[in-house]
Amino acid sequence: MPALHADERFARALLAPDGAPPPGLTAAGGDAVARRFAIHRNTVGVTLSEALAVAFPVVRQLVGDDFFAAAARAFVTAAPPTSPVLADYGAGFADFLARFPPAAELPYLPDVARLERLMVESYHSTDAPAETRAGLAGLSPQEAAPLTLARHPAARWLCSPWPVVTLWRMNAGHLPLTPLSHWAGESALVTRPELDVMLTALPVGGDQLLSVLETPLSLAALSEAMEPVGGLAGALPPLLDAGAVRRASTPQGEQR
Amino acid sequence: MSQVSMMPQRGGAARAPALPPGPGVGFKPQHFADIIAAPQPLAFFEVHAENYMGEGGRPHAQLARLRRDHALSIHGVGLALGGSGPLDGAHLARLARLCERYEPESFSEHLAWAGHGGMFLNDLLPLPYTPERLATVAAHVEQAQEALKRPILIENPATYLTFAESSIPEGEFLAELTRRTGCGLLLDVNNLFVSAINHGLDPDRMLAALPLDRVGEIHLAGHVPAASPGTAPLLVDAHGSHVSAPVWALFARVLRRTGPVATLIEWDNDVPDWPTLRAEAERAGAHLLQARKAA
Repeated sequence: MPALHADERFARALLAPDGAPPPGLTAAGGDAVARRFAIHRNTVGVTLSEALAVAFPVVRQLVGDDFFAAAARAFVTAAPPTSPVLADYGAGFADFLARFPPAAELPYLPDVARLERLMVESYHSTDAPAETRAGLAGLSPQEAAPLTLARHPAARWLCSPWPVVTLWRMNAGHLPLTPLSHWAGESALVTRPELDVMLTALPVGGDQLLSVLETPLSLAALSEAMEPVGGLAGALPPLLDAGAVRRASTPQGEQR
Repeated sequence: MSQVSMMPQRGGAARAPALPPGPGVGFKPQHFADIIAAPQPLAFFEVHAENYMGEGGRPHAQLARLRRDHALSIHGVGLALGGSGPLDGAHLARLARLCERYEPESFSEHLAWAGHGGMFLNDLLPLPYTPERLATVAAHVEQAQEALKRPILIENPATYLTFAESSIPEGEFLAELTRRTGCGLLLDVNNLFVSAINHGLDPDRMLAALPLDRVGEIHLAGHVPAASPGTAPLLVDAHGSHVSAPVWALFARVLRRTGPVATLIEWDNDVPDWPTLRAEAERAGAHLLQARKAA
């Protein structure tokens, strides 16, 4: 049997919760190979589940530690990481939860997981200064004309049929935990103007504006693009306040 | 003086600066405020490369700040140099970028693997010590040194299992690896002790077989006993407690052979408060001071 296949058998045996260890292993002093193989199996299960628990604290809070541990173990077995960068692990966790039968009674759970995933992305994304209302207000018309704006690299958003912002805030300890009187959908804006990730409500028209801002545009072009969906005046100021916009270019040229 | 800077240049690996021969700790973000609040009696910090692979944000802000005042060791846990399959080229490129960004005094990885066929299991898995695997691992180390533009250190593993097909003792495997590739040795004294106990071997004899002239860094950490009554002795490399008395004693015997070498306290689980971790590093520092006087 080529060595390549031996590695693969070893790895697959680690992911099988109760299977036998692969052949060819020995343990000193007549100790059981299975007992020692279980040390590795435990490390894999525990550390990868912990990585998910760190990335999805509010999902964990919503379902409780035992439920989360079971869901995480099932996900690890079904979809082990494909990269050593564990900050990227869990990109598929929300979709997994949507198909995880024990979570069927919690239809809002996948969107809460999607929101937490966006917060992890934001946390690790490229640094950039956020444009401010004051920064724009201080510009002369000559300075403002060639300036272009774009989505800040750490800005993300999620439009949900579930009250994801309220659910997140309550279960992260930012709001008192009270029964929700009405389950209206909410749209979330995730930003990181400096080092701390912020979660705010996405303003009306904010999703259209952020989509438009994928390409750097001048204020005049933005205004024109937003005309059919209610204009720039409603959505831009709150996006600036949240740090969702960066200055892409100035009269001096392109900025990073 | 560490051995790293005196290594022969092989495989295109350029000369790299060495870690200063003092005590260091594995950096934990929860200690950041304590660390920058006052000058620290530490020679270096070590970070896990894989925790700094995002583009920006707090991880890089903290690491850049630490880097300003301290020597830095970047320690990879995911390159799988010990695997039989090819290295993950994308991951190697990320590591190269991280080394360019921070210019660490040392880059180290493990004699271990972590997955197969694009799967990553986040554990340091054992490998068979055979001539075939030695050739594969040597090629991986050379590829890594080319990509990172520096000689690297390879850490001896803590193991629980052995392979029936293994034909080369671990010390000899590592010695031959350093000879073929010009890499250095990251001597994890706790791993050495754990492996010796787990395989019924004498740690001092295992030590004697290692290429001690190539040690560029030492790791110390805590372990926990895991044997059930009536079964063979078993220690688990848990990194969640103080360094044990027999490992301190073995460390002192190592230093008699190597002289003072950059020594790291690895405390990754149940991480203590900063004064406790720093005190553990200062204890290592006292050993290093003694080794310097004896040299």
